[in-house]
Amino acid sequence: MAVAKSIRTKPNLTIRQGDFALSTRIDQVGVEERASRFTKRSIKNDAKENGLKLVLNMIDLTTLEGKDTDGKVKQLCYKAMHPHDALADIPTVAAICVYPSMVKVAKKALGDSGIKVASVATAFPSGQAPRDIKIRDTKYAVNEGADEVDMVISRGKFHAGEYNFVFDEIASIKEACGDARLKVILETGELGTFDKVRRASDIAMHAGADFIKTSTGKIAPAATMPVTLVMLEAIRDFYYKTGKMIGMKPAGGISRSKLALHYLVMVKEVLGEDWMSNEWFRFGASSLANDVLMQLMKLKTGQYQSANYFSVD
Amino acid sequence: MEKEIKKSSLKVSENGLEKTVSSKRLEVLKTYKIYIGGQFPRTESGRYYQPVSASGKILANVCLSSRKDFRDAVVSARGAVSGWSGRAAFNRSQILYRMAEMLEGRKAQFIDELIQQDATKAKAEKEVNLAIDRLIYYAGWCDKFQQLFSAVNPVASSHFNFSVPEPTGVVSIIAPQGDSLLGLVSVIAPVIAGGNTCVVLASETKPLCAVTFAEVLNSSDLPGGVVNILTGKPAELASWFVDHMDVNATIYCENNSETKKMIREKSAMNLKRITFYDKINWYTNEGESPYFIMDTQEIKTTWHPVENIAGAGGGY
Repeated sequence: MAVAKSIRTKPNLTIRQGDFALSTRIDQVGVEERASRFTKRSIKNDAKENGLKLVLNMIDLTTLEGKDTDGKVKQLCYKAMHPHDALADIPTVAAICVYPSMVKVAKKALGDSGIKVASVATAFPSGQAPRDIKIRDTKYAVNEGADEVDMVISRGKFHAGEYNFVFDEIASIKEACGDARLKVILETGELGTFDKVRRASDIAMHAGADFIKTSTGKIAPAATMPVTLVMLEAIRDFYYKTGKMIGMKPAGGISRSKLALHYLVMVKEVLGEDWMSNEWFRFGASSLANDVLMQLMKLKTGQYQSANYFSVD
Repeated sequence: MEKEIKKSSLKVSENGLEKTVSSKRLEVLKTYKIYIGGQFPRTESGRYYQPVSASGKILANVCLSSRKDFRDAVVSARGAVSGWSGRAAFNRSQILYRMAEMLEGRKAQFIDELIQQDATKAKAEKEVNLAIDRLIYYAGWCDKFQQLFSAVNPVASSHFNFSVPEPTGVVSIIAPQGDSLLGLVSVIAPVIAGGNTCVVLASETKPLCAVTFAEVLNSSDLPGGVVNILTGKPAELASWFVDHMDVNATIYCENNSETKKMIREKSAMNLKRITFYDKINWYTNEGESPYFIMDTQEIKTTWHPVENIAGAGGGY
């Protein structure tokens, strides 16, 4: 009897998990309609200004290009610390997001500014590498000083139904992270259905993710409001079940501050006030910061702004 | 306009009772909408106004555009700059010619609208014909003004030094109030002939032709966003037209000295080019000239190092 039970039970699961194939099914039409409702709220004046500042403070300023150089990363770090010199009392961004090879440069450039360094890892963006390489990739990033690790799941294995493989992989990367917080990128653009997004979210959270993240930014569609809503509801259900808060990071395709404010409305109405800080919610974006700054400048001066007068990096 | 429609009698059976109904067709009136980015949206504000003819007849319900419509139009215009200015000048010429062709094809409608806006038949015909000719005129200039206004400059060093006109970018235009078609065409054509994109505020009191002209633009190969046409009140929108940091030049065609002062002051923020066309008779030759194109051009000078081959001491 005892032997038979140990065969049935997976020994490496610390949190009691269900059968992921039985994850909640998603009503696609309902989700899309619900998500579009969040875009109908009117946010003006003081509320808008505070919202924009919060958005700025939630941005993971990102550069993930093959052509990245030390100079580019340093410049981006400067931008992170001084988003705009003419605007008084604006916050810094939350973090800089770079490849592992750039972590040391970013860490040094940011100094004691309090801005975190996030590093992608695990053979980003495809994730097509053996597990030991992914673990070494992660450990390298952490040893270089990364405060946060953004990993990608093995979408191929996920589609093949090998949920245990995906689960174990996330758990092993979490272990390799040590104190660094782990963001798990589902790459929703490659998952195909909301049902699968929900299932992947459940797997990631049960396997130890600190954040779940929509996309790498390399695949279209990247973050959308409906897909983010599905993930936020997964976080909410997980919280009710376990009492553990999980962060959310939509990434890619959010470049307008108006859209970012819609996202904030959605987070507030699905998860509540507790999630309204960069501890629990992030935007993965490169051009959003400038649009937010342009809007803040518009609020200050009353003039519509031109991108020509804002630094690119 | 009540048109007598051939009366037809229908026998309609209702509740078993037979009665005769005379059917007079209800006219389907056109909705005059604004033109932004190649689309015809209504104003985001949901507001409208009713311009009236001299006899007091309401011409139409016309969009009363807001500053946010203007903001959206500038975004469209900015997005269209690189594509439009990057086209071959000859291709821009072809498209302006096409605009004239499409205008010719809808002549009757424009004449009808001008008459509704109090023009006599003769004057309306003259205005439409001149508007078509003016488009042809600037179609011709598209690939020719560059030669006329560029120069090779003599310099005291081994450089090939030349200056060429380049489009300034996004131009905001407050069109003439009076000549609602000819004035509009006469200010838009030179701006886009030179490779700029524009946002235009049509005549407040006579907006019908402007909206119909947008339909001409929409069917004449002109890329969306190159010309954006709003209807509304200059008094409300003028300051936004000149305040926007992403607008490179402003053209003002009225003679309100307060507005002119405001334009001069606000344009200083990002050093806009400002041009006033307040004393121009668009019906004469003074209404067309390549110098109108140059009003929204910038001169770029290039110093290209060369070996001084012909000079003394130069040699192979």
